[in-house]
Amino acid sequence: MPDAPGLELIRGQIEQEHPGAALDSGFEHGRASLSIDPAHVLAVLGWLRDAPGQGYAFLSSLHVADYLPAQPRFAVHYELLNRDRVERIRVKALLEDVSPAGGAVGGPAPEDASATAGSGGSPAATGPAGGALPEIDSCVSLFPTAEFQEREAFDFFGIVFKGHPNLTRILLPDDYVGWPQRRDFPVGGEPVTFTYNERDYG
Amino acid sequence: MRQRQLSARDMLRGDLEGEELERYVEERVVMTNFEKLLGWARSNSIFPLTFGLACCAIEAPISLVTARYDLARFGAEALRASPRQADMIILSGRVSIKMAPVVRRLYDQMLEPKWAISMGACSSSGGMFANYAVVQGADKFMPIDLHIPGCPPRPEAVLYGFTKLQRKIQGNPDQGWRTRYDAHGSEEWARGGPRSEPSAEATDAYQRARELIGA
Amino acid sequence: MAEAAPGLTEDRTTEVMTVNIGPHHPATHGVLRLVADLEGEVVRDLRPVIGYVHTGIEKSCEDKSYWKVIPFVERMDYVSYFFQMEAFCGAVERLIELEIPPRAKYLRTIFLELNRIHSHLVWLGTTALDLGAISMLWYCFRDRDRILDLFEMAAGQRMHTRYFQVGGVIEDIPLGFEAKLREFVRDMPVRVGQYQALLDRNEVFLSRTKGTGVVSRERLLELGVTGPLLRAAGEPWDLRKAFDYLAYPEMDFKIPVGTVGDNYDRYRVRVAEMVESTRIVEQALDGLPEGPFIADDRKYVLPPRSELSTSMESLIHHFKLVTEGYRVGPGEIYYAIESPRGELGCFVLADGSAKPARVHFRDPSFVNLQAFRDMSVDGYVADMIVSLGMLDPILGGVDR
Repeated sequence: MPDAPGLELIRGQIEQEHPGAALDSGFEHGRASLSIDPAHVLAVLGWLRDAPGQGYAFLSSLHVADYLPAQPRFAVHYELLNRDRVERIRVKALLEDVSPAGGAVGGPAPEDASATAGSGGSPAATGPAGGALPEIDSCVSLFPTAEFQEREAFDFFGIVFKGHPNLTRILLPDDYVGWPQRRDFPVGGEPVTFTYNERDYG
Repeated sequence: MRQRQLSARDMLRGDLEGEELERYVEERVVMTNFEKLLGWARSNSIFPLTFGLACCAIEAPISLVTARYDLARFGAEALRASPRQADMIILSGRVSIKMAPVVRRLYDQMLEPKWAISMGACSSSGGMFANYAVVQGADKFMPIDLHIPGCPPRPEAVLYGFTKLQRKIQGNPDQGWRTRYDAHGSEEWARGGPRSEPSAEATDAYQRARELIGA
Repeated sequence: MAEAAPGLTEDRTTEVMTVNIGPHHPATHGVLRLVADLEGEVVRDLRPVIGYVHTGIEKSCEDKSYWKVIPFVERMDYVSYFFQMEAFCGAVERLIELEIPPRAKYLRTIFLELNRIHSHLVWLGTTALDLGAISMLWYCFRDRDRILDLFEMAAGQRMHTRYFQVGGVIEDIPLGFEAKLREFVRDMPVRVGQYQALLDRNEVFLSRTKGTGVVSRERLLELGVTGPLLRAAGEPWDLRKAFDYLAYPEMDFKIPVGTVGDNYDRYRVRVAEMVESTRIVEQALDGLPEGPFIADDRKYVLPPRSELSTSMESLIHHFKLVTEGYRVGPGEIYYAIESPRGELGCFVLADGSAKPARVHFRDPSFVNLQAFRDMSVDGYVADMIVSLGMLDPILGGVDR
């Protein structure tokens, strides 16, 4: 992993090339983490992959975490790996939840740097309640491995990746309504019937 | 043993007469009625369907047909891939909501008489996965004849369940334990199914138990 | 590839037919559904449809305390269950910065490598079965049963043993385990030699696997493929050597690497890995240090039961741990290990409570499945089945 000074160096270079992209950097538990503005995601990932001296050419994992009730709510994590120097870096693109009906705890609709409202071309860009879904650029052009992983993120969190060749549900049935892995979605299941409550549930 | 050999030799020579002949015939001919014979034949020549969903699939059908826990000795060696040719389906693994209609279709495609074993906790009752994605028991969408507990059940447990299914096919579902343990009066499920009313003794016992725990 | 046989008109060979294979199919290694566009016997396009065993494990994990998550994540990739346990426990240990004792490291390494052999045996048996070498299934599962006997001896369960806990392993290995393991280690290379004698130069096997399913190394890296598939294509990338975790830095083992990247290379790489794993187990057993098998930190690790009747503090720790569970301070981590199928990564987001806020597994089969299309397009359907076997997807991991 690039150590803490190395991380600051990377952040500084990104600031120079793409001002306003890097929002925060953190080094915890031996891992370097860089938080960026989602509008610049392709630029930053492309720079990390192609810039001489960086070479983070392998996308290990693309996943989303829901930080409810903290804002911004979603973060798309990109775990990048430099195989030559054996170093990992994590890039987090922080996304706000845009739909007014989407469970964001007590906040007015926040100004969102990522969603370009009403962008055409992405299927199902509205949530089940008619609210809009958070959007971010798809990095399939940079890392083809992201194809299935972005579909999974869309399937579970409802995050639309603009430019993805086939953004449909992958693990859940096609007609499923809801984004199960959001924190405000219930776990589901049924209550267990014991002798004392079996008559209630037939 | 020697006696049987001698009488067989006499038979061949045409020397057995009257009572001896009758005894000879009785010892060698199996008398039964047709249902029993049919049940015995069916239970010992089951064609399971090669159907595995998740972890239990590694224990059965795969591990069950291998040499240590041989399923072939029970007559179920011919695993068929097509549901049209199989007569038993072992639901080995968790049934997700996407897979449930597929399983139901497979079960419908099987020809009568057919049996279903629900192997493991996940297909019997949802198992440890009490969430949005797993059907809480395959009973919800198809009739199951036998449930085998375990996560995953040992192959020996599946074999035990298999022999119980064989007894069931032969028409002896409880293998005589009610008579052995004098357990009459507790068969509310067997009588009319899960929605039938319990017998009078059982109702009393339940009521007393509820009062005890103050429910 | 799609040459018209003499006598057939142009029309009959250019019709593209969409065929649905699965999800119930004897050769799909689980409930994988493939929608293939076939032109005659040649595959023109392939779309895998997955999700038929999606169990919502990641969502369920958010609802359970940390030690209850361990049996859940075990059941994802249900053939290599120790690896999921290690990925999760290792991630949590790094979050709470807990050092595990050396004996636990060695024991974990032994069980991980035994699980790798187990996974490769299941792979070999079922793949050879798909190809028609039916007797291999019986031989491989005979050895697999020996490994499961060892697991049962140590942990009480054949599969899904829940043997690793945060801090080490749950119990020390019993007496007689070492002797039985040494017997196994002694016999295994001979057995693998027998399997190789059956398949390595078998003409049918060679003609089916040589030259089929080739994907270039660069394309595999682009697609994020790791594990034996990548190594068969010539890239010597193995997380056991790249990152130091558990007792691997102290082990002496080689990484088998292929050349062409076809199905035959994948088979050879995995069989060679079995032999290397046996060597690792032997070295770990020779070097097994004495000492505690689990860490001492009572905030995260259950105290031994013998102490419960004498020490009040132990009782309180035990009570706290069993009812609420240990709290993990806020933080997030991604920890990856080398599972039999590739890079298995675990992302844990902790928010300071006793339940994780997000557990995500980067499953190797899920990512490797993206390479399946590249392997099969413009090849025959029969080659597609071989490629699927050599790809070694485990649908529990793909669907989670």
